[in-house]
Amino acid sequence: MTWSATARGAHQPDNTAFTQQRLPAWQPLLSASIALPLFFCAGLAFIGLGLGLYYSSNGIKELEYDYTGDSGTSNCSVCAEAGQGRAPPPPCSCAWSFSLPELFQGPVYLYYELTNFYQNNRRYGVSRDDEQLSGLPSALRHPVNECAPYQLSAAGLPIAPCGAIANSLFNDSFSLWHQRLPGGLYVEVPLDRSGIAWWTDYHVKFRNPPLVNGSLALAFQGTAPPPNWRRPVYELSPDPNNTGFINQDFVVWMRTAALPMFRKLYARIRQGNYSAGLPRGAYRVNITYNYPVRAFGGHKLLIFSSISWMGGKNPFLGIAYLVVGSLCILTGFVMLIVYIRYQDQDDDDEE
Amino acid sequence: MEREPAGTEEPGPPGRRRRREGRTRTVRSNLLPPPGAEDPAAGAAKGERRRRRGCTQHLADNRLKTTKYTLLSFLPKNLFEQFHRPANVYFVFIALLNFVPAVNAFQPGLALAPVLFILAITAFRDLWEDYSRHRSDHKINHLGCRVFSREEKKYVNRFWKEIHVGDFVRLRCNEIFPADILLLSSSDPDGLCHIETANLDGETNLKRRQVVRGFSELVSEFNPLTFTSVIECEKPNNDLSRFRGCIIHDNGKKAGLYKENLLLRGCTLRNTDAVVGIVIYAGHETKALLNNSGPRYKRSKLERQMNGDVLWCVLLLVCMSLFSAVGHGLWIWRYQEKKSLFYVPTSDGSSLSPVTAAVYSFLTMIIVLQVLIPISLYVSIEIVKACQVYFINQDVQLYDEETDSQLQCRALNITEDLGQIQYIFSDKTGTLTENKMVFRRCTVSGVEYSHDANAQRLARYQEADSEEEEVVPRGGSVSQRGSIGSHQSVRVVHRTQSTKSHRRTGSRAEAKRASMLSKHTAFSSPMEKDITPDPKLLEKVSECDKSLAVARHQEHPLAHLSPELSDIFDFFIALTICNTVVVTCPDQPRTKVRVRFELKSPVKTIEDFLRRFTPSCLTSGCSSIGSLAANKSNHKSGSSFLSTPSSDGMLLRLESLGQPTSAITSNGYSSQADDWASELAQEQEPERELRYEAESPDEAALVYAARAYNCVLVERLHDQVSVELPHLGRLTFDLLHTLGFDSIRKRMSVVIRHPLTNEINVYTKGADSVVMDLLQPCSSVDARGRHQKKIRSKTQNYLNLYAAEGLRTLCIAKRVLSKEEYACWLQSHLEAESSPENSEELLFQSAIRLETNLHLLGATGIEDRLQDGVPETISKLRQAGLQIWVLTGDKQETAVNIAYACKLLDHDEEVITLNATSQEACAALLDQCLRYVQSRGLQRAPEKTKGKVSMRFSSLCPPSMSTASGRSPSLVIDGRSLAYALEKNLEDKFLFLAKQCRSVLCCRSTPLQKSMVVKLVRSKLKAMTLAIGDGANDVSMIQVADVGVGISGQEGMQMFVGLLFWFQFFCGFSASAMIDQWYLIFFNLLFSSLPPLVTGVLDRDVPANVLQTNPQLYKSGQNMEEYRPRTFWFNMADATFQSLVCFSIPYLAYYDSNVDLFTWGTPIVTIALLTFLLHLGIETKTWTWLNWITCGFSVLLFFTVALIYNASCATCYPPSNPYWTMQALLGDPVFYLTCLMTPVAALLPRLFFRSLQGSVFPTQLQLARQLARKSPRRHRTPKETFAQGCLPKDSGTEHSAGRTVSVPLSQPSWHTQQPVCSPEASGEPSTMDMSMALREHTLLERLSAPAPSLPTFSLLNWISSWSLVSRLGSVLQFARTEQLADGQTGRGLAVQPHSGRSGLQGPDHRLLIGASSRRSQ
Repeated sequence: MTWSATARGAHQPDNTAFTQQRLPAWQPLLSASIALPLFFCAGLAFIGLGLGLYYSSNGIKELEYDYTGDSGTSNCSVCAEAGQGRAPPPPCSCAWSFSLPELFQGPVYLYYELTNFYQNNRRYGVSRDDEQLSGLPSALRHPVNECAPYQLSAAGLPIAPCGAIANSLFNDSFSLWHQRLPGGLYVEVPLDRSGIAWWTDYHVKFRNPPLVNGSLALAFQGTAPPPNWRRPVYELSPDPNNTGFINQDFVVWMRTAALPMFRKLYARIRQGNYSAGLPRGAYRVNITYNYPVRAFGGHKLLIFSSISWMGGKNPFLGIAYLVVGSLCILTGFVMLIVYIRYQDQDDDDEE
Repeated sequence: MEREPAGTEEPGPPGRRRRREGRTRTVRSNLLPPPGAEDPAAGAAKGERRRRRGCTQHLADNRLKTTKYTLLSFLPKNLFEQFHRPANVYFVFIALLNFVPAVNAFQPGLALAPVLFILAITAFRDLWEDYSRHRSDHKINHLGCRVFSREEKKYVNRFWKEIHVGDFVRLRCNEIFPADILLLSSSDPDGLCHIETANLDGETNLKRRQVVRGFSELVSEFNPLTFTSVIECEKPNNDLSRFRGCIIHDNGKKAGLYKENLLLRGCTLRNTDAVVGIVIYAGHETKALLNNSGPRYKRSKLERQMNGDVLWCVLLLVCMSLFSAVGHGLWIWRYQEKKSLFYVPTSDGSSLSPVTAAVYSFLTMIIVLQVLIPISLYVSIEIVKACQVYFINQDVQLYDEETDSQLQCRALNITEDLGQIQYIFSDKTGTLTENKMVFRRCTVSGVEYSHDANAQRLARYQEADSEEEEVVPRGGSVSQRGSIGSHQSVRVVHRTQSTKSHRRTGSRAEAKRASMLSKHTAFSSPMEKDITPDPKLLEKVSECDKSLAVARHQEHPLAHLSPELSDIFDFFIALTICNTVVVTCPDQPRTKVRVRFELKSPVKTIEDFLRRFTPSCLTSGCSSIGSLAANKSNHKSGSSFLSTPSSDGMLLRLESLGQPTSAITSNGYSSQADDWASELAQEQEPERELRYEAESPDEAALVYAARAYNCVLVERLHDQVSVELPHLGRLTFDLLHTLGFDSIRKRMSVVIRHPLTNEINVYTKGADSVVMDLLQPCSSVDARGRHQKKIRSKTQNYLNLYAAEGLRTLCIAKRVLSKEEYACWLQSHLEAESSPENSEELLFQSAIRLETNLHLLGATGIEDRLQDGVPETISKLRQAGLQIWVLTGDKQETAVNIAYACKLLDHDEEVITLNATSQEACAALLDQCLRYVQSRGLQRAPEKTKGKVSMRFSSLCPPSMSTASGRSPSLVIDGRSLAYALEKNLEDKFLFLAKQCRSVLCCRSTPLQKSMVVKLVRSKLKAMTLAIGDGANDVSMIQVADVGVGISGQEGMQMFVGLLFWFQFFCGFSASAMIDQWYLIFFNLLFSSLPPLVTGVLDRDVPANVLQTNPQLYKSGQNMEEYRPRTFWFNMADATFQSLVCFSIPYLAYYDSNVDLFTWGTPIVTIALLTFLLHLGIETKTWTWLNWITCGFSVLLFFTVALIYNASCATCYPPSNPYWTMQALLGDPVFYLTCLMTPVAALLPRLFFRSLQGSVFPTQLQLARQLARKSPRRHRTPKETFAQGCLPKDSGTEHSAGRTVSVPLSQPSWHTQQPVCSPEASGEPSTMDMSMALREHTLLERLSAPAPSLPTFSLLNWISSWSLVSRLGSVLQFARTEQLADGQTGRGLAVQPHSGRSGLQGPDHRLLIGASSRRSQ
């Protein structure tokens, strides 16, 4: 009776579930019996998922060609040899011919791949000026120190775009030709080079500096192109929507890869007759061979790949799911044995 | 205010003077005018200023300042202190490193954020603490007291802080001394005052303090203005038990000052109306505060180990960085020559040497991997601890309703240690016992009066208590447990089922009311006062009374009584008068009108003696007899006689004293038949309530006991004691001498002149061990002697019985002195008294001479009531593997008795008693004991060793018993031996011996020894120690809580770091991070901090009740099973695995794709977070909604932050450019697929291992949890309610459960009692009713089985466990603070809600706290 709210002393602690630590609680006890269904369920789900992934990944076709020209077998080795030891290497072109026995299901993406190229190297990765790339005039004239030594040209002009990443822009170019019938004419397959960069990169992150008198060239006046570049940035493409900092190739390149072996989207094939994919026939890729990778043991590859709901070809994920799922099932069985074995004891205990 | 006349050394400071060169301080009155003060008024004003200045210059005033910071100094000082923590320095260093362009990894400003955040949090906390200190200082500083003001010539109100040394302070009853004060005047006629020192040492009995000699004789009110003496005393020191000094009067006379004259700050004045004193030490120079300084920062065991682990982490970090640096050097070396396009030369275009690059890389790696050292770990742990402290404070079961105070835990750093205590050191009085003495039974003249009714009454107090509180008596239902035998203990078991915390014995509500009414008395709960007399004895007493009333006019009134009745009469007279109990009336406090005298020996000189017995004394100031009689007390004694109504002219024949040599007239006993009528008429005051004020509670208990037999002590003057009997009326005994109690004699005596027989009697009351030896030898020849002998042996038997019951035994004896004997003794006694040197020794001898040839009257058994539930608690603690040491100042017998009573010692176990009187003896004894203990396994029989003259080593228990026990023995050691044993050369042996013993009991130990013992154990055995009382209640909560944080917090980071590390293999070891800097920096600050915090605070591995029933579970905490070094490495390995999985799966999933750095890194962070949370989930044992919410919140927060961050600014975060990454990822199925699988794969082994272990080789804790889960499964509903906890609110649930049980058993009508339960109780969920039948069934089944072999935790156990929870709570709660752990009294803990400063303030602090609370200072 004294024990009522009214009689409570001023210092009496609140008698709530929280203060008295009596919150309703779930106290799972990890043991075989609990883990058992968990493992089986997870295992089954994973295996199912894995199978699905595996098959959808298997449905993706890839066609790749190493055109570095290391081995001397391909006709790009000429270019490779020519470029050896010269910087910048002289312009050179080579070709890769292949034939498709059947339709290469579209949409087809054309990638180039570099190996042993450390875009994720820290000093490389920070060597850029995002503000400059976003078209900030002041940043255009005054690139950040991180860009050094590609911050100012030898003449003391600010480099635009500054930094090591921009300086090492991949500058091979490709064109695809299709020979419908043997001996027929090669028809150029239209490569859709727009929209290969992230939409936000192209529209938000990368902006050209404000035009001066309607001219981009004037806007870039007083800047120098990166040392490795042959053309200034505003001449990357004749298309005004694809030149300057908003050149799609440039934007794609500036999104630094995570791993030393990476591919980057070059183009998509989805126009005209090729919207369904590459029909069968002979093909030739004309390659403008500029980019020197042999010095550091890198390789350049060209990849045609179709695509599914889960992106490009990726057998790993499916396999991984299968493996993990199987492991779960396996553990489940171990648990089952343990459970059967020790269940009796527990029962005994309970009696 | 002015300067003192003799102020020669220093010109300014008047109040108090300190001779800098000397070892003493000189104190003078502040009221004295300075020499040559011109104008008094101007001088006063000036002096006031000066005094203030003087005080601030070199003496502490009474202002209390415990704050560390001022507004100005806060920032620098606090930062300075924070940088004492290496972690902080480290992180600041890392953050600053970021400002170096060559090595920076993050945005420099951003890198500073976490460390600033941490510093800010800590600083804020410190600020708050300091502010609280300031507030409590302020409160204390502004307490009021009355200080004599020179201007106003009276006492005026001042704040405490305004008191200065040399001020005169006047205090009233129940006020707290504001400073150390020299007692100069007391309202008590005898110049005494009583103080309670509970705030200093926790003891609640009253201590007596005496007015400085020379001031006690003052008749009139003490006038500070006339105080011209100079006080010389020691410099301030922290020794509470020592004070030396002298007071030099004007006339050059010196008088010594002792501890008895000093009133210490923090004590409370009791039983005395008012005192006046001069302040000697003030403020921080007071003994209490000096004792209070220097808190020891205690690092918890966990923290120490954690520091070790952090060091490992640092090492790991350095290794990883080194590895990475070397790798980077090689990489550079390999690629720089090749004109790689991705190779970036230095800013001036030259190429970087691989070595330099490696060094840079090393530093950058350290920055990047800084997350490995969990920056927030310390802060998280502090937060967790703060929360735990909050919960401990909030624990209803540690709430005391009587004092309306909750437990206050002051120490932040010990909560987790509570689960690891190995040794408990406990005080006895007030901790194990209530320090409430209750008369239980007695034996008179060989006849035992068992006082059954009294026992029942005591039981009723408990019952009333429990009924009042819970209304539901759980009759019978639990009786299986109660095999303790004693009526009362069984009841204890039964009683405490409710969840209420404050079940102390006695109706506490009533006790509270009573104590509120009678503020003046320290010990007077109704339980102690209202003793139910034994009817047989009562009858005999009244028979005595009646027959004496008839026979009083005859020659030898007592001779008419049978020997037994006369013994009974004497017994009660002795109970009544053989003490120092003072009688007061609430409405008439003792005043100064009465006489002062030295209490110890009323008759000071033989002349005094003569004079006092002379009628001529009636005239005041008379000094006609004896030339020496002109002493000061003379006229006062006269006045006292005038005040005695019965003293008119009763002349007794001098001859009757039989002392022919001196012409003594005596007024003898004053009670004359014809006086009685008038006297009774005078005494018509309607039943005044008498109050007894005793120095120790057992004295009062005896007086109350006698009162119950209508033998009422009505008045005690310096030379008279009046006793009132119903028929006989008031008997006034002349009190000739009081031979006070001392610990060597272990007895006290009074010498009185019996008013009826006119004989001189000695009544002695003392420990049975001594009194029995002092008895008159009785010849076995005559029948009388044989009878006596029989009585003695009977009494001895009863005494043994009492002792076995844990009662304090006292023997009462009497001696009749012939006048010759008395005169002879008096002569020598007076000589002894007047002897200038070693008078104490002589008085001691004199007392011994008197106390011989005693006639045994009887014996009493007083119960020093144990705190509720102590035996159960002790046995539980034992089972939990705790060693319990009781350190008490009590005498050995009592201590041993109590130890038996509280089951610390068992009657069937061996007790090794260690009493040595010299170092060598002690060493020899220890060796012997050790040998004995070691050989015990082989040789069961106790080794009886007759010590040398000075030593005793024996087994206390009968051999037959001791052989039965295979358990380890217990050790009893007294203070002196302890002192020897603690010497350097013996301490190891002592410890070794003590370690073998089940429990250790140290009697008669001084506080210093207590602290030494604790220190010894702590340092030598490296054990966790706890000095009672401390709240180990929420063991469950505490046990693993921090471990959770420790593990999870670190592991997440390690995994994280592992991810980064693996990445280095793919980025040329360039210390590049695929994880965005924001995630990296804030991961463990924002996203992964909350869930471990909640887990750390709320996680319990086993419900409290299971812990209570299975105390041995506690051992796992003791042994730190949950957090061992190998756990750390195990976790490290697991973290490595996890990080590998978490890295490689995304790696392979995105291998050979066009993924960019941050699009690849973000899924990894996500995976890391999910893995982290799931990991925590596996380790979390208790999931409350808070856990769910925080986990959900963390994930949500992560995504929210990521989305906002990735959308906020395209170019703002230079090194990384995460714009729109998260948004893009959310549209990528691979992201989801990876995030789904990776955590599962990463945690598969841990989950597998955990579940396997849970099934195959579960730990004890897991088993207990299992059991806890299983048992309720049988009774679904109780489980439900239980799982949700049985709050007192839902106590209805519990009650109803109990109700179901009790209905069929014993109390059919019980339902009618209904009541207490809160409204909710009646409206309990209907599930209850549904399952009622089932439960009833099972329960009955259980209960009907006499020996329930319940496999698990049946409801039965469940119920009793609850009582234990509460009991443990209450035991701990009422345990008084024993500041052993810190070895210093007053340091800390004791805490009272309204007293800010620990242990200093607060009239009756009852709560205790932390073993070693770090006083926040």
